[in-house]
Amino acid sequence: MRNVDKILAIVWKDLLTEVRSRELVIGMLVFSMLTIVTFNFAFDLTGVERAPSGAGALWVAFIFASLLGLGRAVALERDKGSFDGLLLVPVDRGMIYLGKLLGNVIFITAVQLVTIPVFGALFDLPVYQPMLFVVLFLGTLGIAGLGTLFSIMAASTRAREVMLPVLLFPVALPVVISTVRATTLVLTDRTESLMQWVNLLAAFDAIFLTIAFLVFDRVVED
Amino acid sequence: MSPGGRFGGSLTGIGLAIGTGVTMIVALYMMFLYAPQDSMQGPVQRVFYLHLPMAWIAYLAFFIVFVASIAYLVKRNRRWDQIARSSAEVGLVFTTLVIITGSLWGRPIWGTFWEWDARLTTTLILWFIYLGYFMIRAYISDQERAMRYAAVVGIIGFIDVPIIHMSVRWWRTLHPEPIVTQSGGPAMPDSMIYTLSVSMLAFTLFFFYLVYQKMLIEQAKDELADYSLAMADAEADARTNQAIQQHADEKSTKGVTA
Repeated sequence: MRNVDKILAIVWKDLLTEVRSRELVIGMLVFSMLTIVTFNFAFDLTGVERAPSGAGALWVAFIFASLLGLGRAVALERDKGSFDGLLLVPVDRGMIYLGKLLGNVIFITAVQLVTIPVFGALFDLPVYQPMLFVVLFLGTLGIAGLGTLFSIMAASTRAREVMLPVLLFPVALPVVISTVRATTLVLTDRTESLMQWVNLLAAFDAIFLTIAFLVFDRVVED
Repeated sequence: MSPGGRFGGSLTGIGLAIGTGVTMIVALYMMFLYAPQDSMQGPVQRVFYLHLPMAWIAYLAFFIVFVASIAYLVKRNRRWDQIARSSAEVGLVFTTLVIITGSLWGRPIWGTFWEWDARLTTTLILWFIYLGYFMIRAYISDQERAMRYAAVVGIIGFIDVPIIHMSVRWWRTLHPEPIVTQSGGPAMPDSMIYTLSVSMLAFTLFFFYLVYQKMLIEQAKDELADYSLAMADAEADARTNQAIQQHADEKSTKGVTA
């Protein structure tokens, strides 16, 4: 079995579980929509300056929804003991990390694909741009890359729900800064400095994914 | 080793204590009496002799956490974790002090306690990361796992520092540019440089003294945990043996009566 097949097998398992139980994506989706609606009342999202606040609101919604989903996904695995089963599978632990990561990216992306058109319609912002989806993907990869690692760590502490954001928020800050900036630039159609942010974001993703991949083995060894 | 010997008697401990005491007194004399008054900023500038060494100590502490964390994950020797957690605690305290002394200086000079500048933001985030470092330790009951997870946070946290700094730097930065290391020599009178150097030395010795003492405490804590675990085990064993013995006795008496 090639490494890719091993990763895909894990992703397939997670997708199948989700399709049958529908415990993650629906919850995350409703949560992210409600966050955006709440932000409408917290900030003025109707004026000319709505693109920067809108980009911020969008990412706050996605990050909170991701936290919810990441925490829930691990909790489900731990409760049913299936994570221990997964660790018994004789594959490299790095492949398990990549499989879980890809699964998380797919779930978050599914939420984004539904939220984005609603967001665009509610705030009248030009969301149908290829670059926006590049930024969304890179941002999601960064958040999920660190989030997959930290959610598994947080799950074995006494304060699961508290530990995940406490670990993830400060460490993921560079990803958050560059995604929000890049999203703002896309929405305001200022493309001249956009590529700098996108490159920076890609570099952060590469660094975080490499570290998480390297230390994952030490996190799940028991 | 007697408790007194552990905490006071060692040559390293005494040496560090005396070194710290002497240099700290000299440093305090120099920063308040010897160093000249800054013509622009006035007496407020003197906080710089505390602020800069503290910032240096904070970074040094987290660098030691980083190295010790890697060493722990590779070697699995508890000694490395003791170094990491001792250093992290001192580092967190000094990071807090850096933020406080910086704010006290910023209020009269910048007109505000806080500014979302690259250096300040990085320091604040650093503070949060190491707070998480201690939280994850506190929330895990299994000691070995707590050490492993803390090591992961110690490694990622330190690698994150330059990245956070770089990403925040894209905003305009207010923090004074480094004036000690700039090209063409430092833009300060010699007396200020001397004061700063002595202060740096005093704080570095102070740091090693604190980490050394903290390590002795952590070692004692770990040994104590080992003992209480061993005692609990022994007690449980004794209870089991007793139960087995009782059972056997009952059987044998029954056998006699039958």
